[in-house]
Amino acid sequence: MHPAYNLMRHVYGWLLLTPAAILLIAFTHYPTVATFYESLFSKGTAIRPSRFVGSANYQAMIEDPIFWKVLVNNLWFAAGTIPVSVALAITMAMLVNRSLPGRSFLRMAYFTPTILPMIAVANIWLFFYSPDIGLIDQILGWFGLPGHNWLGDPATVLPAIIVMTIWKEAGFFMIFYLAALQNLPPELEEAAKLEGASRWYYFRRVVFPLLMPTTLFVLVNAILNSFKLVDHLFVLTKGGPDNASNLLLYYIYENAFSYFDTNYAATLTVVLLTMLAIMALAQFFFLDRRIHYR
Amino acid sequence: MTGIEITHLVKQWGELRAVDDVSFTVDEGTLTVLLGPSGCGKSTILRMIAGLETVDGGEVHIGGRNVTRQDPAERGVSMVFQSYALFPHLNVRENILFGLKVRRVEPKERESRLTNAVRMVGLEALLDRKPAQLSGGQRQRVALARTVVANQPVCLMDEPLSNLDAKLRAEMRDEIHRLQRSLNLTMVYVTHDQTEAMSMADQVVLLKDGQIVQIGSPGELYEQPATDFAAQFLGTPPMNVLPIAELETQDFTSDGSCFLGIRPEKIRLADSGLAVEVSAVDYMGAETVLRLRHHDNTLMARIDGRTDAVPGDHLHIVWSREDVHLFSKEGIRLGDR
Repeated sequence: MHPAYNLMRHVYGWLLLTPAAILLIAFTHYPTVATFYESLFSKGTAIRPSRFVGSANYQAMIEDPIFWKVLVNNLWFAAGTIPVSVALAITMAMLVNRSLPGRSFLRMAYFTPTILPMIAVANIWLFFYSPDIGLIDQILGWFGLPGHNWLGDPATVLPAIIVMTIWKEAGFFMIFYLAALQNLPPELEEAAKLEGASRWYYFRRVVFPLLMPTTLFVLVNAILNSFKLVDHLFVLTKGGPDNASNLLLYYIYENAFSYFDTNYAATLTVVLLTMLAIMALAQFFFLDRRIHYR
Repeated sequence: MTGIEITHLVKQWGELRAVDDVSFTVDEGTLTVLLGPSGCGKSTILRMIAGLETVDGGEVHIGGRNVTRQDPAERGVSMVFQSYALFPHLNVRENILFGLKVRRVEPKERESRLTNAVRMVGLEALLDRKPAQLSGGQRQRVALARTVVANQPVCLMDEPLSNLDAKLRAEMRDEIHRLQRSLNLTMVYVTHDQTEAMSMADQVVLLKDGQIVQIGSPGELYEQPATDFAAQFLGTPPMNVLPIAELETQDFTSDGSCFLGIRPEKIRLADSGLAVEVSAVDYMGAETVLRLRHHDNTLMARIDGRTDAVPGDHLHIVWSREDVHLFSKEGIRLGDR
């Protein structure tokens, strides 16, 4: 091979890679590395400039009770939203995947929560949850039941946000399930029907396993979303009362932009990134082997 | 007694009558082919027998029982789909056993039926494969094994060979026929391929536009086609159907018969007779198919072996009177001459 020609081939290759590489490096790799680097330094003030402290920030984090509270909140939040919204999504998709009158209207209705901007959604639910004048308390009032400050009570604030998130996410996941269901050949159901399989048996033995690739995709997304929730908290509770509804990313936001401790925020971010990476890898490795891809 | 009796069956798709007053009987242990061009309603009839399609009129009886409104699973039928309908996430074994597990057949019984079915269709080595790892013919065999283990007296087949290549098709055709006879299945087989119908059927039901054109054995349909459509649908190349008025031969007085049909293999070359021009010559080895033109009509002739004719040649053709079929202006058979 001619050396100049060989060189040109390499140049072409790199030129073609450059746009994607720039985007990835500038917005993914560099920020990740920079965050990790920053987490090793102390918070800088006018008097005491930032200096290298090694793992001191991580030590502080382990001793920070709010961090643990936020992390536990987040686990409850994930455990409360993901299974229910996935189950709801499958159910809704099965419901609207049949020929029934007003089918497209129904599909749209299920999908509407997803189209609405997060802030608008949060405002709607803020009205639902408001004490006394809110929708829920008014309906309770009709039946002579006492109202409740849903977002003001540490015991009910997290469940209240979980309910709202399920409402918003189930419709979104439904779209993926609907697409997957429409890819199933109708003969499979007919073949099962001829053998006398009940609807539930057919769902359990055929539909659900064939939906597994979609479920994996949805699960990864749902877990990422549950750790990425900020906007709702911002409008509804600001993490309160007493951090009862505070989640990891919102805590990071508070540290960075309310307390201006960017180094501690970077430390928390590193932990969040590591956790997400481990979970994504675990899902792909453990579930992938059991999934049938067509 | 597990024959099938179809009486005045109707299926309406909005304005369109997809199946229009169809009646026929399938005797126990015989193979009936529903034959016709696409859109003639043959698959719809099959699906109505299976119970996968609702019946808009008429009745379906299987084994003397009226099953018209019965659940598909209770009709005692198994079915092979054009796409085979194998479950892609299950291996061959699980695919074959699916129905038996649904019906809660004893594990021991399941195993013995599986072993038997797998041996019959030659899938012993492939039990742990997924459908995606099988060839078209092997998938077809899995679908067949599924019908065998089902132990149902009636088997319905919806164009089971249309996804296979020509060589495999002939092989699987023999296999299906062999299975049907050895298990004494009452089989209804849907196809648009007249070779399949000719070679397998005990009885052919020829359909067009949702209506029955003719019912009979392959021989009857071939030798005494009821209409010009039947005449041209069976046989390759199809029968030549020519307007008598345009033929110079004076053999046929005008007794209302307007069309003359003659099979390509009954045409002989001669020194005198109908004058035709050769427009194409297809040499097939054992035979040669000549495409001939007579005025504005095209006709085919099948000649044994090879011929020296080339396109543009002028030839004369003759045929025997007893090989002629006559059809009325409406295409209805007029009786042999």
